[in-house]
Parts: sequence; C-alpha cells; structure tokens
Amino acid sequence: MSQQAFEPKLVGFLCNWCSYTGADLAGTARMTYAPNLRIIRVMCSGRVDPQFVLKAFQEGADGVLISGCHPGDCHYQEGNYKALRRHRLLSKMLEQFGIEKERFRLEWVSAAEGAKFQKVCNEFTEQIRKLGPLSWNGGKKNE
Amino acid sequence: MSDQKPKVAFYWCASCGGCEEAVIDLAEDILKVVEAVDIVFWPVALDFKKSDVEAMEDGSIAVSFINGAVRLSEQEEMVKLLRRKSQLVVAFGSCAHLGGIPGLANFWDKESIFNRAYHTTPSTDNPEGVVPQEKCTIDGKELYLPSFFNTVYALDQVIDVDYYLPGCAPPRDLIMNAVQAILEGNLPPKGSVLSPNKALCEDCDRNDTKPEKLAIKDIKRPWEVILDPEVCFLAQGVICLGPATRTGCGQRCISANMPCRGCFGPTDQVIDMGAKFLAAFASILDADDESEVEKIVETIVDPAGTFYRFSLPTSILRRRKMEEKR
Repeated sequence: MSQQAFEPKLVGFLCNWCSYTGADLAGTARMTYAPNLRIIRVMCSGRVDPQFVLKAFQEGADGVLISGCHPGDCHYQEGNYKALRRHRLLSKMLEQFGIEKERFRLEWVSAAEGAKFQKVCNEFTEQIRKLGPLSWNGGKKNE
Repeated sequence: MSDQKPKVAFYWCASCGGCEEAVIDLAEDILKVVEAVDIVFWPVALDFKKSDVEAMEDGSIAVSFINGAVRLSEQEEMVKLLRRKSQLVVAFGSCAHLGGIPGLANFWDKESIFNRAYHTTPSTDNPEGVVPQEKCTIDGKELYLPSFFNTVYALDQVIDVDYYLPGCAPPRDLIMNAVQAILEGNLPPKGSVLSPNKALCEDCDRNDTKPEKLAIKDIKRPWEVILDPEVCFLAQGVICLGPATRTGCGQRCISANMPCRGCFGPTDQVIDMGAKFLAAFASILDADDESEVEKIVETIVDPAGTFYRFSLPTSILRRRKMEEKR
C-alpha cells in the first residue's frame, strides 16, 4: 500500500462523562475533523481493560486512543489516574512487542473541549499516517 | 487381561524434561497408575517407536499426555499423529497449556535466534559459521532435520486439546486427580483446566498481611531485598503474579519465599493474562502525577517478559511483530 493511499484505522475509547460529551460537542458545533477514529463509549477511562487495546491492535487498528476526564475531574474519583498508570506501563510493554508508543495515546478531553477533541483527532490521524500501517502479523502461522 | 486396560501415551515437545520428572515424582503412586493402565508410548522411558504408534488403530489410545510447546515441524507431526490415535489429549504442564518458558522466544524469530545461538554468544566456537540445515548430503546420503518455526505454539494452537493440566511442572495431587477422573470417566466439560478456577491470592497464606489498599512506589526484584517470609510480596514491593494466576499449585513458590511467576496461567474469565496483570499492577502504583508515574514505570524491568513469563504464545498478540522481509 502506498503512503498516499493509506488511511489510518484508529480506535478511540472515550469516557462517558467528559470525552464522549466533548466529541459530541465537536459534532453539534459542526467542527470538521479527520474521520479515522472509530469511537467506543466506555463509562470511564479506568474501565479500559488493556485487553481491549491489545485486541484492537491485533484486529487491525493502526492506533488506539484512550480519552478521559482531566486529572481531578473523574466522575468516579480516580479512574483516570488508573488509566494514566496503565497507559504508561502498557506503552512500555507494547514497544517490546514491536508496537511504537506513538500508536497508543492518552488524552484528557473535558465535556467543554470540543475544539481539543477536534485537534486530538487530526493530530493523531496525521501522526499515524506518517508512521504508516501497523500491519499486525503476529501469531499467524507464517512458516 | 492387559488388553482391556486403557492405553496411555506420554510425549514431550519443546520442554525442559521437568514434566517427565513430575510423572516420575509420583513415586509409589506411579505403581497405581501402571497397574491401571497400559503405557504404549513414552520416549523418555520406554523403547517404543513412532512406527509402533502409526501401527495402532485410530482412537485406540485412551489418553495422551503431551508436554512442551510446539516449535519444530517434527513436534507438529508427532502431536498430530497422537491426536489421531487418541480419544483424549491432555496438555500437560505450562508449555503445552500456554506456551511456557520456550514461548518467550516469540520476542524473536528464527533468524535472530539462530544468529545468537550459532554466531554471537560468547561461548560459541563456530569458525566456519555452520548453521543447521533442514537438508544436507554426507557421503552421498541425504540427511534431514525438522524445520524450526519462527513462532512457538501452545499445543491447542496445533491440535485439538481436551483438557489442560497446568503448572511448571503440574503438582502430584493434580496429576493423580486427573488420572483418577479419566479412569473413572468422571470428567468435567471438554476444554477445562484441571485446577480450581480462582486466583492464587484467594488461597495464599499471606493474604491476611495484604493491606486494604496496596500502594507501591519502590519496585524491587527478589534479589534486591531480603524478603519477609510471611508478608504479601506486593506489599513488599515485589512483583507477584498471584492476583492474575489460577490457584491449585499448593503455593510451592510462595512457601519457598519466592513470588508467583504465573505458571498456572489465568482463570477461565481471562483471555490475556499479562494484560490483566498489568491492569491490576498498574492500578496499585502509588503515583497520580504523570512524571512520577513514568519514573516508577521506568524501574519495571522487562514488563512483557515478566507478565507473560509462561503465557506469551497464548496472549492476544502472541508474539513480537515480525519484521517485514525486504
């Protein structure tokens, strides 16, 4: 696949209380942004099991975004702190699997930050476009 | 009379031989086993050949206990043969069950492993740079070696498996329970792991010493500290896979004052053991600030190798990304 033709497939886990509402705001405000992110709404960024992230990469995602409330604003007090710790540790582990840490991103987007959501989507899409497809091939019988 | 005894086979693939030892370690109990069954194939102990197995009728072996991961074409061929000849196949031990320690080779591939083993280790003495070939001719005779896969597989990624006996190696009581269940035809649903379906922490003698809220700032490797023999390892800052590991081992490591390394694999509710442990472990790191979190994460040496020590081939990603060949 040539670099021009490559459209990144991105999966985004957005928390119900802040980031999903922020994405909704971007929509209702008719902001345009890259259409590459497939959004999955979760109740909290702390609900994102690392298994979800691995599954996304294994099934063909080129990048995964987790987005939650700003530190101190979590609807469940500390879910986003757990997301932060898991993100940093999982990023380190993904590199051992040959998955660049740029492909796995954590962002804080509040319900009022439609514009930030727009910016994150555009930036992430461009960043992964430059990085190229992940083309996960692990584990298939490739002898 | 002996014709009516159920036929049993043992086989080993990519393994260390510890699982064979576990059978020998049944001690007097092995006599009970031998009394009840006919061992028709066991390369490590008895002189039956592959051709003897080939000559048997399909499905005539009651059960084959197969240990070790699958990393060579020869192993693939043998386990497929045994599958055809057996009514039941039991994946015996961590390597057959999850991929095990040999499965850690999935962070590399054939080329990098051969390069290391035959060229760059300090102890390699190979001036002519000889590397094993699948086929060569010596004195006009063609000789063959099995092919070496890029990826190590757990047994159920190659053949259909009926039951799993977990552990590195499986403990005596679980082996005897399994043998008895098979002899009595008193078996759980196909696909069961023959060990209780709950986490090791639930059974752990040290569970009472675990604080209500665990919080770790300093992560220590076992050799860096003198470990208290009675206190929860996580409370001492040492990585212990107990929260994500199935119980049934009899706490062999814990009572030797070593943390759990995860050889029993996950419980039935979990797909990817390493990811699940990572989720639990990261959440008890004692930091809320980005740079502080990063500082702690920096001190965790080899997270993938630690969290997937026995289960890399059966994880969601299964291996490191293969480099594209140019």
